[in-house]
Amino acid sequence: MMAETRRVISVVVENESSVLSRVSGLFAGRGYNIDTLTVAPLPGTNRSRITIVTKGNERILEQITKQLHKLIPVYKVVEHEEMIEKEMVLVKFPIEESLADIQALCEAYNGGIVNVGVHMIIGMVADEPNRIRHFIEATSRYNPIEIVRGGVVAIER
Amino acid sequence: MKMNGAQMVCEALIAEGVKTVFGYPGGAIMNVYDEIYKQDGFEHILNRHEQAAVHAADGYARATGEVGVAMVTSGPGFTNAVTGLATAYMDSIPLVVISGQVPLSLIGTDGFQEIDAVGISRPCTKHNYLVRELSELPRVLKEAFHIARSGRPGPVLVDIPKDITAEFGDFVYPDSVNIESYKPTVKGNNRQIDKAVEAIIKAKKPLLYIGGGAVLSNASDLIRQLAEMTQIPAVETLMARGVMGDSNPLLIGMLGMHGNYASNMAMSETDLVIALGARFDDRVTGKLSEFARYADIIHVDIDAANIGKLVDVDYPIVGDLRNVVENMLTGLEGAVKPARYSDWREILNQYDTLHPLSFQDSDEVIKPQWVIERIGQLLGEQAIITSDVGQHQMWVAQYYPFDRPRQWINSGGLGTMGFGFPAAIGAKRGCPDKTVINITGDGSILMNVQELVTAAEYKIPVINVILNNHFLGMVRQWQSFFYDQRYSETDLSFQPNFKALAEACGGIGYDVTTKEEFDAALQDAIEQNRVTFINVAVNRFENVLPMVPAGGALYNMILADKKETK
Ligand SMILES: Cc1ncc(C[n+]2csc(CCOP(=O)(O)OP(=O)(O)O)c2C)c(N)n1
Ligand SMILES: [Mg+2]
Repeated sequence: MMAETRRVISVVVENESSVLSRVSGLFAGRGYNIDTLTVAPLPGTNRSRITIVTKGNERILEQITKQLHKLIPVYKVVEHEEMIEKEMVLVKFPIEESLADIQALCEAYNGGIVNVGVHMIIGMVADEPNRIRHFIEATSRYNPIEIVRGGVVAIER
Repeated sequence: MKMNGAQMVCEALIAEGVKTVFGYPGGAIMNVYDEIYKQDGFEHILNRHEQAAVHAADGYARATGEVGVAMVTSGPGFTNAVTGLATAYMDSIPLVVISGQVPLSLIGTDGFQEIDAVGISRPCTKHNYLVRELSELPRVLKEAFHIARSGRPGPVLVDIPKDITAEFGDFVYPDSVNIESYKPTVKGNNRQIDKAVEAIIKAKKPLLYIGGGAVLSNASDLIRQLAEMTQIPAVETLMARGVMGDSNPLLIGMLGMHGNYASNMAMSETDLVIALGARFDDRVTGKLSEFARYADIIHVDIDAANIGKLVDVDYPIVGDLRNVVENMLTGLEGAVKPARYSDWREILNQYDTLHPLSFQDSDEVIKPQWVIERIGQLLGEQAIITSDVGQHQMWVAQYYPFDRPRQWINSGGLGTMGFGFPAAIGAKRGCPDKTVINITGDGSILMNVQELVTAAEYKIPVINVILNNHFLGMVRQWQSFFYDQRYSETDLSFQPNFKALAEACGGIGYDVTTKEEFDAALQDAIEQNRVTFINVAVNRFENVLPMVPAGGALYNMILADKKETK
């Protein structure tokens, strides 16, 4: 079997109501893997950009690109190689935890405290996906109540 | 011009040159049917089941090369049509299917006969639309036809809410289509073509591997020229029967699970596969790692995703076959001596002599293969042959002398039992001068048997030859070979009276148990000019051979018993 590799793919699509289901349905129907999927409109156009993190062997990855191309509302498929990749995460901590420690931790990962309430502290970090993983590991000692991870977005360098 | 959405649908169909629409009305599509009643630009055929309506449109498309059109209502009308869409999708057949939908205001409320048609049909259409406002209807219809017939063809569904067909608006049918995100590659890359031509010139044992794309792109004449000019032998897939022509000395035969010995050996020994509109289906390749193991591969296909999907390709060429083969012809002109591959052809001829396609004929019982050969002798090029799915289908592919593309119509990719009869109705409507024969099985024919009524009402004289083995024969064959003869749920000993059934619906039936009776029945059926069932009692336990067991290497065939040569 060919080795599996991770791949970040950006898909520029027409902003039509069923386009996301066409893309996600393609992955489901053909048994392709989706690690993360992020979608938002492209400013000033009637297009959206979908960023997908997937993995598979070389043949599968090639098929994914080609099959995406075949969808009628797909304008462009970019298989990222030289890219800047970011992912975001929000973490909710109990108010009993040390605000200063949490702030220091978030800042170490290019983030900070975004909200402090009566019962909780919310921290936010945006960084590369593997750094996000490390950050989440590091939060465990502060008893996080909830962790919300965004998908990856990427831009070619 | 001001008109309602329903009228726009009719006007668009007329503008597209549609002559026949196959369909079935119901609540959500009634506005359109009301306009159909008032117009005389096209005829409407009322099939007796939506699945049959879509298959009929499909048969029409396969026989004529034009876009087939079907119309159904929402909910159950649409879900009945899904098998038809999937059948057309798997074989890349251009269809536009128009379905009614509940009014916009009811969408998402689980309204009466509401079903998410676009969601259900997404994986079995080339594209689909839910029309959201009247103003986009003309453009959507125009795009639907364009998408259906261009690039790799396929079915397109247009789902139209009922209120949109009632609403009035301005109708201007666009005369061109511009979908910025959809530009199929038609012209093959010249450098790639040159490299492929080089490879052909260097090859010692090249083989043309011709698929259904050759039929879809109407490239048969050019492919015959290519073979003729280079004297390269050819094998055809199930979907390509007729492309080379049965009498062509360069045609080795059909390859694959039920291909003949020489074809499968040719593929196993070739040093250069020239794949033209074929997609390396598992029923063709057998065990992939053993498929064409000595060969480099040239793959020409209009769909880039077909190339490199299953096998590694050395010379990928994305483009329309006509365009690419034309360029190959220019490149090959005078470049290969006709004698160059004669040793290779000789090897293949010897293989064919060693194990020719053959069956043991009998005087006691009619052999199904005999029936097919007989129809071929009597009608040959004059007939269009459709089939259902099973042993009979494979025997037709093996034994009918197909002379031209679009003469052979069958559900290859999806393998849909029940396809043959409605497809024959569509084919006959599209090609009224041809004799159209559906060669079917006693299992399959019952899956759209209600079409007897359609064919009788509209006087569409389709001949159904039922090769009656009182079995779901193909499944029975697998049970014989691989399941220790445990014939689980495949015995069809309990049968309808097919003759009476045909007659009850306005057709003619014949029960045939001897060769003489068959000849007489076929003769009569042709003269009667009415829909007919010729129920032929054939040998029950006949097997389709050769056979490559699923997943086995192409060169490991279960062969017909040597004694059984004719
Ligand atoms: C709709 C559908 N259901 C089930 C099958 C599976 N299947 C393939 S061949 C076959 C038997 C067909 O029997 P019959 O039409 O009598 O043809 P025979 O093989 O006997 O010639 C079946 C059940 C299918 N292809 N299509
Ligand atoms: Mg049968």
